[in-house]
Amino acid sequence: MTTIDKAIAQLQERFQAQPCGFCGDFGLLIGREHIVEAAQLLRDEYGFDMLADITASDYWPELQPRFHVVYNFSSLEHITRLCLRVPVNDDDPQIHTVEGVYASANWFEREIWDMFGIHFEGHSDLRRLLMPRDWEGHPLRKDFPLGYEEPQFTFNFDDIARRKPRAEKGQG
Amino acid sequence: MGVEQKLGNLGVVTFKLEQVINWSRANAMWPMLFGLACCAVEMMAAQASDYDLSRFGMELMRASPRQSDLMIVAGRVSRKMAPVVRQLYDQMPDPKWVIAMGDCASCGGVFNNYAIVQGVDEVVPVDVYVAGCPPRPEALIHGIMTLHEKVRGEKLKDWA
Amino acid sequence: MFPSYEVPLDEFRHLVSERAVTGETVLLNMGPQHPSTHGVLRLLLELDGETVINCIPDIGFLHTGVEKNMESKRYEQAEVMTDRLDYMNTIGNNLPYCLAIEKLGELDVPPRAQAIRVILVELQRLSSHLVWLGTHALDLAAMSTFLYCFREREMIIDIMEMCSGQRMMTTFIRPGGLWRDVPDEFEISVRRFIRYLPGRISQYESMLTKNPIFLDRTRHIGVISGEDAIRWGLTGPVLRGSGRNYDIRKAYPYSGYEQYEFEIPTASEGDVYARYQVRMAEMHQSIRIIQQALDKLPIGAVRSNNRKFVPPPRAEIGVSMEALIHHFKLWTEGFSLPKGAVYMPVESPRGELGVYLESSGGNKPQRVHYRAPSFAAIQALPILAKGHLMADLIAIIGSIDIVLGDSDR
Repeated sequence: MTTIDKAIAQLQERFQAQPCGFCGDFGLLIGREHIVEAAQLLRDEYGFDMLADITASDYWPELQPRFHVVYNFSSLEHITRLCLRVPVNDDDPQIHTVEGVYASANWFEREIWDMFGIHFEGHSDLRRLLMPRDWEGHPLRKDFPLGYEEPQFTFNFDDIARRKPRAEKGQG
Repeated sequence: MGVEQKLGNLGVVTFKLEQVINWSRANAMWPMLFGLACCAVEMMAAQASDYDLSRFGMELMRASPRQSDLMIVAGRVSRKMAPVVRQLYDQMPDPKWVIAMGDCASCGGVFNNYAIVQGVDEVVPVDVYVAGCPPRPEALIHGIMTLHEKVRGEKLKDWA
Repeated sequence: MFPSYEVPLDEFRHLVSERAVTGETVLLNMGPQHPSTHGVLRLLLELDGETVINCIPDIGFLHTGVEKNMESKRYEQAEVMTDRLDYMNTIGNNLPYCLAIEKLGELDVPPRAQAIRVILVELQRLSSHLVWLGTHALDLAAMSTFLYCFREREMIIDIMEMCSGQRMMTTFIRPGGLWRDVPDEFEISVRRFIRYLPGRISQYESMLTKNPIFLDRTRHIGVISGEDAIRWGLTGPVLRGSGRNYDIRKAYPYSGYEQYEFEIPTASEGDVYARYQVRMAEMHQSIRIIQQALDKLPIGAVRSNNRKFVPPPRAEIGVSMEALIHHFKLWTEGFSLPKGAVYMPVESPRGELGVYLESSGGNKPQRVHYRAPSFAAIQALPILAKGHLMADLIAIIGSIDIVLGDSDR
C-alpha cells in the first residue's frame, strides 16, 4: 500500500474519518475534536511535512454544519497530498488550533477568523488580518452582503451623485 | 513671452507672472511614489526605458509626500488603505495635483464590492482620470500632458 | 471622514519584547507607502539601534474581496478577476483556475493548446523574474539594472499583446484551451526573443554576481534552513535556495510539462544570495523549456470541442441548430460544473500557487480560494529578519519576492 492509503486507513480506524460524499478523492471528513491528533499523526508517522493551506467554505442557509474547514497537507518526499475536512456548526463555531503542529497555520487561521468568524482556541494571536481592525462582520460568510454599488446610468445619475461621498479641494 | 534686444547682446524677456509660474510648475512636477497594484507596474514601465517620463521633468519619484507635488494613485484603493491615502494627500504641500490612474482608481473598476473604494475621488479630489486596466504607458503620458495643460491654464488665486 | 489610523500598544503587546514597553527599544512604522516594500505592506519594527529585534507585518491594504466577488459571477466572468490577483504573473493566475474547471468538468485540452500554454506561462515567469531582478537591484542601489530589465520586459509584453491585444491582463487561457490561436508572427518573435535573452542575462550576472558590494549586502543575510522553510509553508525559490528541490512542475506535472527536459536549480546556503542564484538559473531553464516547446509545437485545434463549455465558432452558428442553442445557453446561463471540490497547484514564480475550487452544481462557484505563496512568505518574514540590520531587511524583502496582490487577494 502506498503512504496515502496507509494514512487514510489509519485515520479511518482511529478517528472514524469518512470519505466526503462530493469531493471524490479529495478529502476525508473528520470530527473537530480529532483534528490536532490527526495532524500530529500525519506529520510524525506519514511524512506530511507541509501544511499547504487551510481554507473554509460556507454552506448557509444550511446551519448544521454551516462551515467546512479544509486542511490541505502535502508531503514533499512522497509527493502526495491529503485533505481533511472538519464540519463546524453555526451555533458553536470553534476548533482547536493546529499551530503547535504546523507553524504555518498561524496566519491561515487568522484569515479564517477574519473572513468566516470561526474561532480557534489556543491560537497565540487571533486578530483581524485582512480587514481593518475595527471592521464589523465576517465578509466571506454568505449572509454578509457583497457591498455592490449600483452603477450610475443616465436615469439614476443625479440620485447616486447626491448620495456618493466626494472629496472637495481644501477639505480635511 | 516677448524677447527684446537691449544693451547689445543681452536679451530681455517679458512675460506674465502667472504664465511663468505655471510653466515652471508643469515642467518640473515631481510625482510621489504611490503605486498600489497592477497599475504601479505600468507606471514603473512608463518611468523606465521605452517610455521615458524624465523627458517631462519627472526624473525622480520622491518617496516622501512632503517633497512631491503630484500623486498618481495607481491601483485599487481598499477600505483599509483609504485613510492612509487621505493622510498622504494632506501631507503634500500646496500646489498639488492628483491623477487617478486606471479604472480602479477612477471608479472602482472590475471590483464592485465591500472592500474597494469606488473611485478614489471619494477620498481625495482628482484632477485627471486615466482609463484603462491597466492603462498603457502612452495613456498615462497623455494623462500627464492633459494635466500639464490644465496647470498652464490655472490662475494664481487658485493656490494663493 | 475616516477614523484616524492609530494602533495602541496593547493590541500587539504580546508580540513585542518587554524592552519596547519600557522604551528601551524603538517601535518604528515602515508604513504602507514606502519605496522598498514592493507594494502596500506595513511593517512594525522593534529596533535596538539599527538591529531589528522583531518585525510584525500588517497586510490587508490591498484586500480586494476577489473570492467573494467571484462567488457572485459565472465561471467565465469570474476568470477575468483572476488576472488581477498576482499582477506580475497574470497568465499564471488564469492557468490553475482553468485547470481546476477542466478537472471538475472533465474537459479535454488539445495538445497544441497545452504547448502554447506552457510557452506563455514560461514567458510570464521570465517577465516576473526580470521585474524582481530590476526592483531588487534598485533597492540595493543598482539603478541601471532596473532600466535594462524593463527593456526586456517590454519585449515579452509585446508578444503578449500580439496574441491577445492586451499588455498585462490578457485572460488568454480559457477553460478548454486558449481564447484563440496565436498569430503567425508569434513563433518568429518568440524565437528571436529567446535567442537574444541569454546574452542579456549573462550581462546582468556579470554586473551583480561577483560584485563585492552586492555580495556584502546579500551573503549570510536572511538565512533559513530547509526544515524551517517547510514548517512555515514556504515554497518556490525560497525553498529551493535552502536546498530542497521541490518544484510542482516536476512533482505534479500539468499541461504537458512531463514532455520537456529541464532541471530544478537549487542552492544550499539559504541566504539572499542563494535565492538570487536560484532565480537566475531558473531563467535559463525557462528559456530551455520554451525552446523545446516551440520545436515540438503540434498543429491542431487550440480549444476543446465540448460545446457544453466552449462556444462554437461563428461560422457554424449560421448552419447548425445545435450550435445556435449552445451559443445561446453559454451566453445567457454559462456552463455548470458538477458538485465537487478540487485543488490544483501550479508553480508560479513565487512558489506554489493553488486554486481550491468548490462547486455546488450551479453556474456560479460555491467557493474559490487562491493559496497564495506570498502569504506564507510574509508570515515567515519575522523569522528571516530577526537580528539583522534595517538595511538588510530591505534586501530580505526583495529576495522573497512578494506581491501584495497575491497575498491580500
